[in-house]
Formats: sequence, C-alpha cells, structure tokens
Amino acid sequence: MRNLRLFALTIAVLAGLFGVQFVISGYPVLALTRILILAVFAMGYNVLMGYTGLVSLGHALFFAAGLYGAGLAAYYGGVALPIAFAAGIAAAAVLSLVVGLLALRTQTVSFMIVTLMFAQAGYLATLHFSAITGGDQGLSLPAHARSFSLLGQEIALTSATARYNIALAVFAVVLLALYALTQGPRGRLFAAVRENPERTRMLGYDVGRIRLLAFTVSGTISGVAGALYGLMFGFIGSSFAEFRSSVEVLLFTLVGGPGTLFGPLVGTTVMTLLIDRLSGLTSAYLIAVGVLLIVLTLWFPKGILGTIRDRWAPWLR
Amino acid sequence: MNLAPYLLLATLEGLVQASVFALTALGLSLVFGVMRVVNVAHGEFFTLGAVGAWLCAMLLPGHPAISFAAALVAAPLAVGALAWAADRLILKRIDYDPEATIVSTIGLMYVIQQVVLMTFGPDARAVDAPFWYTIRFPWFGWSGYKVFIIVVAVALVGGLWLAMRHTRFGLIMRATQYDRETAQNFGIPVDRVYAAVFALGAMFAAVAGVLVVPNSQAHYLMGHDPLLMSFVVVIVGGLGSLPGTVAAAVLIGMADGWLSVFFSPTLAKIFSTLLVALVLVFRPAGLFGKAVRA
Amino acid sequence: MAEVTLLQTRGLTRRFGGLTAVDRVDFTLMQGEIRAIIGPNGAGKSTFVGLLSGRIAPDAGTVLFDGQDITRLPAHRRVRLGIAYTFQITNIYPAMTVRENLAVAAQSRLAHEAEIAAAAQEAAIAVGLEDRLPDRAGALSYGHQRLLEVAMGLALHPKLLILDEPTQGLSDDEIDNFLTVVRRVAQTATVLLIEHNMDVVMALATAITVLDRGRILAEGPPEAIARDPAVQDAYLGSAT
Ligand SMILES: Nc1ncnc2c1ncn2[C@@H]1O[C@H](COP(=O)(O)OP(=O)(O)O)[C@@H](O)[C@H]1O
Ligand SMILES: [Mg+2]
Repeated sequence: MRNLRLFALTIAVLAGLFGVQFVISGYPVLALTRILILAVFAMGYNVLMGYTGLVSLGHALFFAAGLYGAGLAAYYGGVALPIAFAAGIAAAAVLSLVVGLLALRTQTVSFMIVTLMFAQAGYLATLHFSAITGGDQGLSLPAHARSFSLLGQEIALTSATARYNIALAVFAVVLLALYALTQGPRGRLFAAVRENPERTRMLGYDVGRIRLLAFTVSGTISGVAGALYGLMFGFIGSSFAEFRSSVEVLLFTLVGGPGTLFGPLVGTTVMTLLIDRLSGLTSAYLIAVGVLLIVLTLWFPKGILGTIRDRWAPWLR
Repeated sequence: MNLAPYLLLATLEGLVQASVFALTALGLSLVFGVMRVVNVAHGEFFTLGAVGAWLCAMLLPGHPAISFAAALVAAPLAVGALAWAADRLILKRIDYDPEATIVSTIGLMYVIQQVVLMTFGPDARAVDAPFWYTIRFPWFGWSGYKVFIIVVAVALVGGLWLAMRHTRFGLIMRATQYDRETAQNFGIPVDRVYAAVFALGAMFAAVAGVLVVPNSQAHYLMGHDPLLMSFVVVIVGGLGSLPGTVAAAVLIGMADGWLSVFFSPTLAKIFSTLLVALVLVFRPAGLFGKAVRA
Repeated sequence: MAEVTLLQTRGLTRRFGGLTAVDRVDFTLMQGEIRAIIGPNGAGKSTFVGLLSGRIAPDAGTVLFDGQDITRLPAHRRVRLGIAYTFQITNIYPAMTVRENLAVAAQSRLAHEAEIAAAAQEAAIAVGLEDRLPDRAGALSYGHQRLLEVAMGLALHPKLLILDEPTQGLSDDEIDNFLTVVRRVAQTATVLLIEHNMDVVMALATAITVLDRGRILAEGPPEAIARDPAVQDAYLGSAT
C-alpha cells in the first residue's frame, strides 16, 4: 500500500526547495535555512508524537544532545565537521535509547512529566558544567570549524548558499527516510500502537519495542537537527536545551498536523514567519505561543494538514 | 568549624520551604487527585498571588499589616476566579483529556507569565512584611515572620484535611475523586465540583505566593521553582495522596535546606528533576504512597 | 486424524485479591477440536483464556502449547506461536480501514506488502467482508466489527483461535453466517470458544468444558454434557 500521490508531492516539494534558491537571496535564504533545520527537528518529534501517539515534553534534550555532541567535538576535539556531525547524531541516538528505555515504562501524563524532567535535568547540566559548555553565554565555534572539505572541495559555512544546500540535503534525506518509514509496513505498526496498543500486542507485536524504535528514531532525528544547527551557525548555547524548545517543537507539529509527513514543515514555516513578524517583541511571541497552544487543543487538534487530510485528502498522512 | 549553627539555620529555613512547598503542592495534588489532570500553569497562580500582594501594598498605604491581610484574602479570591474561568473556558471543553490539559495549561502558563511581564515589569519587587520581630539565637537572629508562614501553612493544611473528612464539600470531592460516573449518577454536579476544585487548587498556590513575597520578592518568573518543587513533592509523595504530599513536602523542604548548605542550587535542582523522573519510572505510586487507581 | 494434544494446562490458577478466578485447572485440548467453554457469568472463563493467551499472568500452574512450556512467554510471543485471541469486547482499530486492520494482523507473519495485501483480502473473504475493505472500521455495524475481529484472528493463520463470546449481540442471520465461518476455520485451526448461546454451542462444539467458580465442573461430548444433571443444576437450568 504505497502512497504514490504523497511520493509525488515529496519530490515536488524537494524540487521546489532546490529551485527557490535561484529566485530569492539575502535574508530569506537564511530564514529558509533555519526553517529547514527546525523542520527536521519537528519531523523527528512527529515520528513519536504524530505517528506513534506519545507526547513528549522533553525533545529539547535530544536536539541539545546533537547540538552539544557535534559542537563540543568540533570545539574541543577539533575534528572535521562531518565527523563532528556524526558525533552529535550518535550522542542523540544513545541518549534517546537510554531515556526511551526508562520513560517508556510510563504512559500519557507520567510519560510527559518524565520526559520533561529528563530534559530539564539535561538543561540544568548544560548550565552546571558551564566551564565546558559555556552555559548561557554559549560557545562560538572557531574559524577552523567553519569550513570542511568534501571530495576535495573546500566548503565554507560562512556562505549562505552552501548552508542552504547542506540543510536542504539533510532535510531531503530525512524526508525520504521518513516517507519510507511511515508509509510502509512500519508506519502501519506505529499507527496500530497509537490507535490500540492492547490489540496490537494481541496480534503478536512487542509494543514496547515498537515504541522504543519510534522513540529512538525520533530522538536521533531531533539530534540530527541539533547537530546541523550548531555546525551551520557556529554557535552552541544552553537556550536550545530549554523547556521552551520542547514546547516549540510540539507547537510546530501541532500547527502543521501531527501524523502527516509534511505537517512539521508547514508548522515550522508558519510559526517561523510568525516569530519573524513578532521579532523584538519576546512577550508578544510567547503570548502567541500560549494562545495558539490553547486554541489548537480547543478547536484545531489535527493542525493544518491533519484537517485537510480528514476533510479532503486521506493520502496526506 | 562548628556546623551546628548552619544546620540549625538550614533546618529552620527548611521548615519554611516545606510550608511553602506543602501549600503549593497540595493545590496541584488536589487537582490531580480529584480531576486526574496536571496543571502546568500552577506556578503562575503562585506568581499571581505574589503579584497580588505587591498590588495590595501599592494600593493600600498605611501599616503593611493591613495591606498584607487584604492580600491574603483578595489575591487568592482573584486567582481562584481566574482558575474557575480557565476551567470553564478551556478544561471543560476538552473534557479534561489528560494530555490536552497539559498542552493547554502550558499555553496558559505562557499567557499569564507574559501578561505579568508586560504589566508588572521584569524587575523583582519587594513587599514589606506585616510585622517585624526577630527571634534571637546565640549565633544569629531569625525573622519571626517566617514562623508566621509556618503557622499559616499548618493551619491551611490542617483545615483542608478536616474539610475533606468532615464537611459535605469534602465528601462530595472524595466521591467525585473515587468515581466520576457514579458521582454523576448520584446527582453530584461533577462539573461544578471540578471548577471548584481547580479554583481551590489555584488558591492554595496563590496563598503560598502571598506568603513568600515579604521573604523573597515578587518576580514574573518566580513560579518556575515552586512548580518544579510541587511536581517533586506531589510525585514523590504519591500522585493524589494528600498525606503523602505533606510528608514529602516536609522531607524535601528539609532536604533542600540542608543540601543547599553543601551543594549549588543548580546541582540540587538536577537532583530533584532526576528524582521525579526516576520515581515516576520505578515507583509510580510515590516513595511512600499506596497504588493509585488507573 | 491421529489424536495430537495441542494445548494442556496443569494446576493453572489465578487469584484477584481474595477471589480465585481460576482454580487449579487441568485442561487438555486436542488438535482439530472445536471446544466450547460454558459456565455462568463470573465463572472465570475470560480469565482462563486470558491465561492461555498470555494477557493475564498465572499465580500457579503451567501452560503447554504444541509440546512447549509457554507459561512464562509474553502474550505477543504466544501469538507468534499460533495462539490468536479475540476480545470479549470488540477491539479493533476504529480509525483505520478494514483493509488496514487486516493488514496489521497479516503483517505479523508476512514481510512483503503484496503478500500482506493478499492475506488481508483472503481474511476478508473468509468472513464475507470483502466489500467493506476500503471502509473505516469504526463505521461498520456492530456485527461486522465482530466479524472483522474474527477475520483479524484468521489473518494470523493461527493453530488455535480463541473466541470470547463471539456471538454476543449478533442477530440470528449474523449468527448463521458466523457458524459457517467457524466451521470453515475449523478445517485448518483448532477453535476454543466461550459461548453463552447454547444453540451455537450445540451446533458447533465437538466437546464442551463447563467452568464454575474457577473449576472444571464437567467435560465431554455435547450430548453427554447436555444430559449431565450437575451441569443442568449449575448452569443450564438457570440460563434458559
Ligand atoms: N482484572 C480483574 N480484577 C479483579 N477481579 C477480576 C478481574 N477480572 C476478572 N475478575 C473477577 O474474576 C471472576 C471471573 O471473571 P471472568 O473470568 O471475567 O468470568 P467470565 O468470563 O466467566 O464471566 C469474576 O468474579 C470477576 O469479577
Ligand atoms: Mg467473560
């Protein structure tokens, strides 16, 4: 039961995102780069929250694991950027496996609180060990960590075009991987666990393992986003590990439509544009976040694409 | 070096902490116990209590005891009314779905916090204690006002305990907590009980907020730590168990007092957050709670 | 066909607080049987099959399936060994289509999407739901939902199909259709069903086990059970 229309849309979106760089320039390129990276974060979150039905309040932890894993490796280890990137992903993978093993012993409300508390402990740890992490102030990556060579080509991350295309490449890989994961048999199992875990168990599945897989994939992809963010913009700081980050990724996913392949991209785009409009007015932005969280739960729990899917386009999932 | 004075001071400060924790956490615990929902905006109700105390001090010149007494009544009432409205307008409409409640109260938290920031401002503001009296120890003097905090907390906790046991409203709350459907069938207006419990829970936080202001100033982010500590207390004490909550508040308040003599506050908080997570994972009924019905 | 033991329990016991819901039950099921378990409400029938399927853990005793001790095996592993279970209360994926419901079941033993789709189709045909494949399962009538549950069990290609009160709430027509389905299933699988409707029991069962207060009261061919005075006292008399 492949989903050909969704696949066509996937290819079209990727082609459009590639083409758009020849039309826009300046600040919009930077904004779009950020959107793509944060969308990867939300796509990771969506695997757990949207497809598998487990609401985590602690995904900032995995984003931060990628960010610090990659950033610290580049800052202190002085390793090449691709290796730092891999280190960040590995850190997020290991951490999400361990946290998943513990947190998945709980459900619903307890699960939300447990993930929140682990993430909060992680955030506090970035402050406590500020001698290493730079704490609130953060660390700016040194010049040698702002470029790398790939196939003999020297690529400078100070170039907006290079950053955009790297972000797009990573986004494309994650998007295609998630297409394969969610639209095939594995995705059906995620949905089965979300809809009715007891029935799924009695059809011969180890529900705990399916959840752990979803959790680990979800955390690892969040870490991919974190590692990419840190290396692209050359800065790592504890604000990325804050509770607010976990709430934002939840909000991006809720706005776009949980359990839809493109929901995270749509939600991230809409919210980032909103942030840009409200930039400078931190309070206004946070009030908007608060009001949106309430409004979405009250009237719009399926988000933009989820509503479109339910009304008109069942393949949009 | 003689540690005794430090430990005595830590114990006294711990008792004050425990009182504030107990009040705040009882509000959270009451709401969870009866309604089975977690209110993430609970810390903001605490903040609003503190800001209310400051507002009363601004509006009512004269002896600080007058404005403080007014705050102790008015702030919880105002916060209770706000919580009542939040229950009617939000929680009731999502039918108290546990996950949706958490998400929407996170939203409420940001809205209240930022509105306080925009009106009250980013600075910490002090409020005078209603009275000045210093208890003299051989090594240090200690504010008599802090004894007042402990007394009020004990009175309110005791009052709640008696009300739960011996009043009609207490009986109705316990019946609703025991089984919502059956309570409904027996003609208990479950809707109104929920709104009242949610308001009552918020009022406990607000009272705690009023009480701490003379001690530690009002600030728009001051709700964070009480929220975290309420989670710790409620979860370690056993979700929804009132005696467990009080016991945990005393234990953790004291531990906090002692630990802060030796450790940095950040490290103490890391310890607390991990404790909450691990208790929920391995001892979901709390460290000394009985099992909670699903 | 040679008599082969498919499932056997020894001293199987489960208590809920002070109540012993299943009390030292020794039970044997032969391959190819259609066995009915009857008994008054609260006799422990659902608990007993719950112990067989692994949904409920026993306090004492053992369960042997296909010659293997499965007492400690988690439920999902037992399903993989060939024990399919349908719930007493309808338990499906209401938001998914009928096809997806069946695909989740078939996927438990198959890897390729084409095979899974074919198996889903086949299971739907077996219960007469092939026209409803694209429909949302939650939108089906109650009778069709029960059939879907049976079909999900079939899609597992089980050695043993456990049905807990499958005809409860069905109309007479639906029950007739159901009898046909179970007879067809019984050609390839052993069937263990809990059933209150004595007409269904008499029409289907090759043997009957009577459970009362957690213990086996009587066991044997349908005619003998129907004549047994102790059974009539304890159950049949009061049920009709
Ligand atoms: N989870 C449970 N907790 C407590 N008691 C239970 C539980 N499940 C079943 N029981 C009790 O065990 C007895 C047997 O129940 P059950 O197996 O459902 O009977 P039957 O299916 O024959 O009607 C009943 O008295 C029932 O109340
Ligand atoms: Mg039963």
